[in-house]
Amino acid sequence: MADLVSKGLTTCEGCGMELIARSILDVLGQNTIMLTPPSCSAILTGFGSETGWKVPAFQSNLENIAAYCSGISVALEHQNKTDINVVALAGDGGTVDIGLQALSGAVERGHKFIYVCYDNEAYMNTGIQRSGSTPVGAWTTTTPGGKKEPKKNIVEMLLAQGIPYVATASVGYIDDFKKKVAKAREIDGPAYIHTFSPCPPGWRAKPRDTIKIAKLAVDTNLFPLFEAIDGEVRVTRKVRKVASIKEYLELQGRFRNIRDEEVESLATDAENYYNKLLESEAK
Amino acid sequence: MGKRVAISGNHSIAEGVRLAKVDVVAAYPITPQTPMVEKVADFINQGRLDAKYIAVESEHSALTAVVGASVMGTRVFTASAGAGLALMHEIVGVASGNRLPIVMGIANRSLPSPWSLQADHSDSMAERDLGWIQLYAASCQEALDYTLLAYRIAEEVRLPVMVCIDGFFLTHTTEAVDLPDQADVDQFLPAFERGDIYLDPDDPMTINQLNSEATFTELKYRHNEALNSVVDLFPHVAKEFEERFGRKHSLCTAVGCEGADVVVVTLGSSSGTARKVAGQMRADGQKIGTLQVSCFRPFPKQEVIDHLKHAKAVAVVDRSWALGTDGPLAQEVKSAFYSAGLNVPVYNFVGGLGGRDLSEATVKRVIGKALELKEQEEQALYPIWIDVKEEAK
Repeated sequence: MADLVSKGLTTCEGCGMELIARSILDVLGQNTIMLTPPSCSAILTGFGSETGWKVPAFQSNLENIAAYCSGISVALEHQNKTDINVVALAGDGGTVDIGLQALSGAVERGHKFIYVCYDNEAYMNTGIQRSGSTPVGAWTTTTPGGKKEPKKNIVEMLLAQGIPYVATASVGYIDDFKKKVAKAREIDGPAYIHTFSPCPPGWRAKPRDTIKIAKLAVDTNLFPLFEAIDGEVRVTRKVRKVASIKEYLELQGRFRNIRDEEVESLATDAENYYNKLLESEAK
Repeated sequence: MGKRVAISGNHSIAEGVRLAKVDVVAAYPITPQTPMVEKVADFINQGRLDAKYIAVESEHSALTAVVGASVMGTRVFTASAGAGLALMHEIVGVASGNRLPIVMGIANRSLPSPWSLQADHSDSMAERDLGWIQLYAASCQEALDYTLLAYRIAEEVRLPVMVCIDGFFLTHTTEAVDLPDQADVDQFLPAFERGDIYLDPDDPMTINQLNSEATFTELKYRHNEALNSVVDLFPHVAKEFEERFGRKHSLCTAVGCEGADVVVVTLGSSSGTARKVAGQMRADGQKIGTLQVSCFRPFPKQEVIDHLKHAKAVAVVDRSWALGTDGPLAQEVKSAFYSAGLNVPVYNFVGGLGGRDLSEATVKRVIGKALELKEQEEQALYPIWIDVKEEAK
């Protein structure tokens, strides 16, 4: 298959987002329109006369990528061009914070588009500021003493809204991500994939550990992999033996000063949430 | 031939949207724009307009969605007013910077605060320098005609257009309007053709990406050139419109300006009031002229200069609270005069804010004050708030 994202991009070494972008187009192919907000993924959309995409792409504003998708999707519908994928590739800040209203509106209206959030758990493109998606205990430049509040769960919000397809994914399990992109394409309506995406510079982690960290996030139950088609939850990766949260945290300098009770709360919340997912699956 | 109907300004713009065979509409309701988009939704529901209506969750998303639909090669419409237009602000520049032929109906409403539901031009004036064409209608007929002119001009120069009508004074006032035949409109406004930028997997391109100083200036220069070209284009399109529909439209409309002691310059619905007052005064032997500016962006400097250069004084009425300096219309007139080396006194009057009627009495007061200042050879460095109550002073 032709590579639809250019080689030699200026993303950082070990960037999870770049792998996500390449994987999206590996699955969806040429008949795809990509949108990126001002964020790390805008690097793919390019600068001046250069672009990283070999498919049509549009640079959105930070808070309205889902509204651009709405207009594009409805125009395609009006033109009877139903075989073109419309894909937003936005970070966690552009999704769970400033982009939430446009996303919720577009999902409520039921437009056909795929929204992939690459969750690197902070505003990384502006230089590591906390977002609603930053976990408890993580250092960022605006939480120099570590974040006090737990991570916002956008996936549950969208589930509550009745989105036809929602999934979590991780760059640590890229085949699982690709399967979910393929499913999202078949949905006649909005599809959302929340994808865990380590950021070595922002997380003070080694680039070579990106995949390892992304797997550990899943295997510790901190970031369980599941999907829900019309609200039917299915855990797509069952964790048989829970990995060590300590190991996960120690690979990342951002957690250097995390307090014991915060580690405790991360572990408890992770276990509770994973069990809740298993329960909803059983129903 | 078309037919004559009694409809409001909001309804008139909606008829323009129907006749223009718009493909995609995205809008969010706000007083006093609401009946405009309700009527468009009605046309679609009745099958009289084959379009998709996106009932978005905010004005910000309304303009965003039509930008998205426009880059897909569809003819689009949105509408807003007051605070809703202010919420769109960020995307106003995106629409014009990407050279998209979007038409937006504006039901002019004052910006907060204090909150007001009613008309002044503070909302559209806050967007005036972002590279859109701005047309201000003075009647329901103009509201309809300008909408058709807007699509035609937008698609020729690849720029978006705001068609502005004063909240309630025009949006909710019923007037007799000549409704053109679809066949005639189809001749005047050909089917939509996409421009140089589009999202199409068969011909991929990246749109709206980051630029450096190496190209930014040149892109804005060309944007500005395109905008200014409308001054030359408008009369040609208006002539074709007149030949087809029998109604004449101009960048600005002058009555009795030659040698007038005072010319009253207006935008929007107060233009008719000013013309009536001036007409009565001329009948009484006084030399009073009027100039209605219909196209505010680009500002037709030469046309304004030509109409006003033989006046003895000019009274510019701004229905807009430009605090701390002159009103926007007066700034334009004074700037044009200075550039042309004209030494005609220009007095700026602010009035009609937040829905206050710019009544015949107010127009008379404007004229009286302008005559008085001219007589006494007085300067007025700052605008005169002509209808402010004494108790506030």
